[in-house]
Amino acid sequence: MSPPRPPNFGMRSGGFFVLRVLPRITELNAPSTLMDKDNTAPVKERLVVIGNGMAGCRAVEEILALDSARFDVTIFGAEPRVNYNRIMLSPVLAGEKAFEDIVINSDDWYTDNAITLVSGDPVVSIDRATQTVVAKSGRVEPYDRLLIATGSDPFIIPVPGKDLAGVVTFRDLDDVDKMLTAAEKGGSAVVIGGGLLGLEAAHGLSLRGMKVTVVHLMPTLMERQLDEAAGYLLKTELERRGQTIVTGGDTAEIVGRDGQVSAVRLKDGRTFDADIVVMAVGIRPGTTLAKSAGIEVERGIVVDDHMVTSDPAIMAVGECVQHRGACYGLVAPLWDMCRALADAACQQPSGYEGSVTSTKLKVSGIDLFSAGDFSGGDGAEDIVMRDAARGVYKRVVVKDNRLVGAVLYGDTADGNWYFDLLKKGEDISDIREALIFGQAFASGGALLDPNAAVAALSDDAEICGCNGVSKGKVIETINAGACSLDAVRSTCKASASCGSCTGLVESLLALTLGGEVQSGPKTMCKCTSFSHDDVRRLIGEKSLRSIPQAMQELHWTTPDGCSSCRPALNYYLLCAWPGEYEDDQKSRFVNERLHANIQKDGTYSVVPRMWGGLTNPRELRAIADVVEKFNAPMVKVTGGQRLDIFGIKKEDLPAVWADLNAAGMVSGHAYGKSLRTVKTCVGSEWCRFGTQDSTGLGVKLERMTWGSWMPHKFKIAVSGCPRNCAEATIKDFGVVCVDSGYELHVGGNGGIKVRATDLLCKVATEAEVMDVCAAFIQLYREQAHYLERTAPWIERVGLDHVKAGLFDDADSVKRLAARFRYSQTFCQDDPWAERVAGKDADLHQHLAEVRPLSITEYAQ
Amino acid sequence: MIGDWLDIGSVDQITPGTARTLPVVGFDEIAVFRTQKNEFYALVNKCPHKQGPLSQGIVHDNVVTCPLHNWNISLKTGEALGEDKGCVPTIPMKVDAGRMYLLRSAVVGKRAA
Ligand SMILES: Cc1cc2nc3c(=O)[nH]c(=O)nc-3n(C[C@H](O)[C@H](O)[C@H](O)COP(=O)(O)OP(=O)(O)OC[C@H]3O[C@@H](n4cnc5c(N)ncnc54)[C@H](O)[C@@H]3O)c2cc1C
Ligand code: HEM
Ligand code: SF4
Ligand code: FES
Repeated sequence: MSPPRPPNFGMRSGGFFVLRVLPRITELNAPSTLMDKDNTAPVKERLVVIGNGMAGCRAVEEILALDSARFDVTIFGAEPRVNYNRIMLSPVLAGEKAFEDIVINSDDWYTDNAITLVSGDPVVSIDRATQTVVAKSGRVEPYDRLLIATGSDPFIIPVPGKDLAGVVTFRDLDDVDKMLTAAEKGGSAVVIGGGLLGLEAAHGLSLRGMKVTVVHLMPTLMERQLDEAAGYLLKTELERRGQTIVTGGDTAEIVGRDGQVSAVRLKDGRTFDADIVVMAVGIRPGTTLAKSAGIEVERGIVVDDHMVTSDPAIMAVGECVQHRGACYGLVAPLWDMCRALADAACQQPSGYEGSVTSTKLKVSGIDLFSAGDFSGGDGAEDIVMRDAARGVYKRVVVKDNRLVGAVLYGDTADGNWYFDLLKKGEDISDIREALIFGQAFASGGALLDPNAAVAALSDDAEICGCNGVSKGKVIETINAGACSLDAVRSTCKASASCGSCTGLVESLLALTLGGEVQSGPKTMCKCTSFSHDDVRRLIGEKSLRSIPQAMQELHWTTPDGCSSCRPALNYYLLCAWPGEYEDDQKSRFVNERLHANIQKDGTYSVVPRMWGGLTNPRELRAIADVVEKFNAPMVKVTGGQRLDIFGIKKEDLPAVWADLNAAGMVSGHAYGKSLRTVKTCVGSEWCRFGTQDSTGLGVKLERMTWGSWMPHKFKIAVSGCPRNCAEATIKDFGVVCVDSGYELHVGGNGGIKVRATDLLCKVATEAEVMDVCAAFIQLYREQAHYLERTAPWIERVGLDHVKAGLFDDADSVKRLAARFRYSQTFCQDDPWAERVAGKDADLHQHLAEVRPLSITEYAQ
Repeated sequence: MIGDWLDIGSVDQITPGTARTLPVVGFDEIAVFRTQKNEFYALVNKCPHKQGPLSQGIVHDNVVTCPLHNWNISLKTGEALGEDKGCVPTIPMKVDAGRMYLLRSAVVGKRAA
């Protein structure tokens, strides 16, 4: 919060401050001594930023990094929220990310840096004479320096019906919310505009279940970035996915019914139903404010190389500006602009020289890259390569021995390399022949080693497109002590957004630190360079729905994984897409495939479920009968209060289960990475010390949680009083009843390394126990690594992390518990009964049987 | 030379990426594997480590991971891979017109129980 100021302050000192920060007048720092004479603490300059978006906030970050004491910062934002990564709105729309995941500057950032954020209150005018801005609410804010970062406004084509309800643009979170609301009702969507934005909107809406038509004016999709061939491949792929793509479609009218859109009619008469129309035909720099304040504006707000406008006290940055005649609509130029701006504002002027941009389409499963100019023209020569089987199309354009453009479809691995060559303008005559085959080839094979390929990139080659981080910056970060992937991500943000540059960052770590990198998160297994966390995140982000797809998209180095990654992937997919993902039996450990525990002699043990450890004569009789009928050599009472029948052959399992099912018993999942048992004591029903009905509660907990798949086995216990006869404090989730309610404990473990639980919280009612239990399990299911018990998980992430995940937000428990219960609706079918009914029968039966005697006879 | 090869059934009986068992009365049980790439292999169903039933392991590429202690066994050679040492007998196998055949002499020949 900025301290209140005397009303005349701005007037008194304004001029002097403005002069002082003028980037090109460096000799004027004398007045600062003048201030010291006042014998007051140096008063900071007031920097007001209009636009709480990507450029505005990045500029402030850059300034803070150079000189955090220089300015008192106030940021006005029209949107009622903190700054987020706008480019990630597409994954939010597609359901691959939540808003929380795309926040760039959280509330803490503003507080920690003493920045006043005025959100949801757009600035309506700038008074340059008094150096103040006025917001819609009437708030007046004086400035010494003003930064305009108002981004751009979506362009609305002036056709009849453009103001109907249901016509939306795609620019901010509110637009996404409108689309999501429409998508909930299903129906049809028409997207006008087949550029980057339009196609990402179409992809999202189509994933959300809408029938989508894209109407594009030009004959080729994304014609500014793609040539005809790539545009065609893209169109075909989108059509294959069920979208209708109309190229050469000129919108005549948006047709309404009762003030609500109902269709889009083209000039050629074709009409498409629409419950929502997304207008994504282009953007216009947001110049209204600047124009009415009398600042020089052409297409955008005109700035010099230091991002200063025609008024020396006013800077501008981002999509709203025009620099050397160019306006940009992508983030990469913003990073360079912001750096130059901060340098100038902090009196180390460097200067921005314009950007060459490249484009990637964020539609999962489609790899598309384009950079530079490929319109052909004099002296330009095309080199093209196609590989129809792999759906690959590559084209590079060479002019005067320099690379001037590149379009890649289907295989974009060399995108960064081409882009680097292009920006550098390097002479490529030496590698011309091999250019199209990519970096590995062109560099004579030596670069087949990915590290060497990265080493060959220049220092200002862009590594992370999402956050604008160059190779030099990553190396600097590593040299400054960030020696793991996580550390790099949290320090310079490289690979922290979409993760597609993770491999590059890892190579840089390896190159910079030599062999000693692996202090970072371990990779899942030798088949991949991704860690468990990466894989889980990417499954969501890229909407990966099957094991082969995950392996393809995440560049698995083996054809079908190994015995570590297959079960892990199977679990992660199962957890991510409950009810949709079809369990892959081949990726299950034998116990989970056969729903019984394999023993050292290859026979199996069978543990029927006994809810809360309770049983009755009927169950006991059925167990006794099974033991006799199948000649089971041993029956054992387990530590989890169950009976374990040993020595059953895989062929006999279905028959054993049929008999147990008949007595009302289901699988006890003693074999699974799943809920094992809920152990209880007799509690207040019988015990003279009991405070609550621990047995009844245990049964309820087991009814709620049985059948769920987890990262590892999961054990619960409920003790009726702190004497703790059910040993609840060495379970994954333990309940200890007390007079006033229930203590909930987590992360306990028996086994090799005994660990007592941590106290999670105390609650008053059984209903709360159930909710917290469900929520805790879901948090564990969603966050732990496969084969990580709750104890090591909690030791890795910390109890506070778990508590924060559950309790920081008042709704978290409810939301997590709801997700758990939803997923349970697909899990609580007894797997034994399914097998008894004949499912997967070949897992239990032999292929055939060979009787050698008859063979020999036959052979003779 | 009729009958050098023993017909053990149609390839459809084995899902790619899994194995099925073929007991041989008086001899060691055989595990018949079909990989994801549709290669077929037959091995004695006993891990060289402690006789784990290889047919129940996870199959990846042309390797099976034993369900008992995770040894990796090459389906091609029957050899334990990596640091582990040991070898399980393989049975020559061929696939013709959708049927699977084992070399008869190997089924009963090598390992009298
Ligand atoms: C859906 C989508 C996907 C995109 N994908 C990519 C991509 O993949 N790659 C890429 O490079 N680029 C992409 N872009 C473009 C990228 O988001 C922009 O280039 C970038 O956000 C521009 O930053 P900015 O700060 O100039 O504008 P913005 O981020 O739009 O910030 C401007 C802010 O100023 C606020 N504002 C405007 N007027 C006022 C006022 N009078 N008072 C107060 N506040 C005001 C606005 O509400 C807004 O929050 C995408 C854009 C969208 C919408
Ligand atoms: C393949 C290996 C294992 C099998 C098949 C197995 C099986 C079982 C079974 C069937 C039970 C009784 C189950 C129940 O109803 O909960 C049990 C209990 C138990 N197991 Fe294991 N287990 C195995 C490995 C381990 C390991 C490695 C540990 C320790 C790290 C462990 C620790 C325990 C403990 C402490 C109990 C008692 C639990 C209780 O009192 O609730 N087990 N195990
Ligand atoms: S834990 Fe308490 S209530 Fe339960 S049996 Fe033991 S003494 Fe009784
Ligand atoms: S028996 Fe196969 S690994 Fe031990």
